[in-house]
Amino acid sequence: MPATRIVLPARARKGEVVEIKTIITHPMETGYRRDHVGLAIARDIITRFTCTYAGEEVFRMDLFTGVAANPFVGFTTLATETGEVVFEWTDQHGTVTREQRRLVVV
Amino acid sequence: MARRGRRAALGAAGASLMLLAALPAAGQTATEPGIAAGDRKSGRDFLAPETRAQQDDLSINPGMLWVEQGEKLWREAAGAGAKACASCHGDPSALKGVAARYPAYDARLQRLLNLEGRIQNCRLEHQRAAPLPYESQALLALTALVAHQSRGLPLNVATKGPARPFLAAGRAMFFTQQGQLSISCAQCHDDNWGKRLRAERISQGQPNGFPTYRLEWQTTGSLHRRLRACFQGVRAEPFAAGSPELVALELYLAARARGLPIETPAVRR
Ligand code: HEC
Ligand code: HEC
Repeated sequence: MPATRIVLPARARKGEVVEIKTIITHPMETGYRRDHVGLAIARDIITRFTCTYAGEEVFRMDLFTGVAANPFVGFTTLATETGEVVFEWTDQHGTVTREQRRLVVV
Repeated sequence: MARRGRRAALGAAGASLMLLAALPAAGQTATEPGIAAGDRKSGRDFLAPETRAQQDDLSINPGMLWVEQGEKLWREAAGAGAKACASCHGDPSALKGVAARYPAYDARLQRLLNLEGRIQNCRLEHQRAAPLPYESQALLALTALVAHQSRGLPLNVATKGPARPFLAAGRAMFFTQQGQLSISCAQCHDDNWGKRLRAERISQGQPNGFPTYRLEWQTTGSLHRRLRACFQGVRAEPFAAGSPELVALELYLAARARGLPIETPAVRR
């Protein structure tokens, strides 16, 4: 299981721009490298990252082999209502790593 | 510049190195070669502003993933005694300041231990659990966690008494020209810091940020992994990670870095 790290405020004022930062441990193996005996190392990457807030998608990103290991993604969204912020990283095999945080809007 | 002159002096000083090794601890005499205390700079000072920001802002510092992994392991019972690190040590913050005085001589074990060695010993002796290999993710995570508790505190290793012969051995290695290129650590990190070596800017080779997230590695690595890369850079056969030779070298590096703040987890190119 990859480890994740998510930073976002626990509360925000309505209308405020909220900054969200995420990191996930992942090799992002390109498939172009070879191991010490010359065998190709299989491609192994995360292909999609999404963030929904109070049920609505607020950020989506496709990832490719050019992205370094342990991808960091930062973005902003507008605080509208109190709700769950859900983060999903999907790898090339369809395995999903899911994290959830609550944002309280006052 | 004074540094230039020293390089030439060192070239002819193979024999006098042995004498230097017998002198008092680093930074205590005017005859000590190397970097003056006022000129000591962390590798952080040689980074591009973006990389520096990545280190300083813990919310985007990728090394924190290892620290957080270390927090999980800290609470997990392991071994025959079914004890966790937390069972004996409480909160990780109880070990604040510890990393600043490692490597340290252990009189009971009659060995010089670095932080990894100390943790390995706790695991073996106090937890009676399977050893964690050097450079394993678990050992890196626990070491990063313990060192992170001392972030901002100045390095301050003991160099007197039983530590003295280890310091001398480490220092001798630092000044010995090695490998097919026949270059010493000092020739790069004392005499030429601030200059460029191909795409890299040579820093002073300070040990205060380890375990470090290195962008080139795309992962977190130990000081010994970095040292092995430097040995390979001059085409020398590197000592094994965790070997007594590298722990002694680490002691000299820590003494040479006295006063620099711990930055774990640092971010480096
Ligand atoms: C059963 C109790 C016990 C457990 C479990 C234990 N330790 Fe220790 N630890 C000690 C004792 C006792 C010492 C003092 C040195 C010695 O006698 O080994 C020590 C010393 C240390 C030190 C050095 C402290 C200093 O002031 O120099 C560190 C760092 C440390 N332990 C880390 C860990 C970590 C990390 C773990 C979990 C992997 C762990 N210990 C598990 C008992 C324990
Ligand atoms: C040919 C020049 C060269 C030699 C010789 C060399 N290094 Fe390095 N060293 C580098 C370069 C280049 C780097 C990466 C950039 C930097 O931090 O200087 C580096 C990095 C380091 C670092 C990491 C610094 C940090 O801030 O993370 C340490 C510690 C270090 N070297 C110690 C040593 C030791 C000890 C030796 C002798 C065994 C040695 N180096 C030999 C060029 C050299």
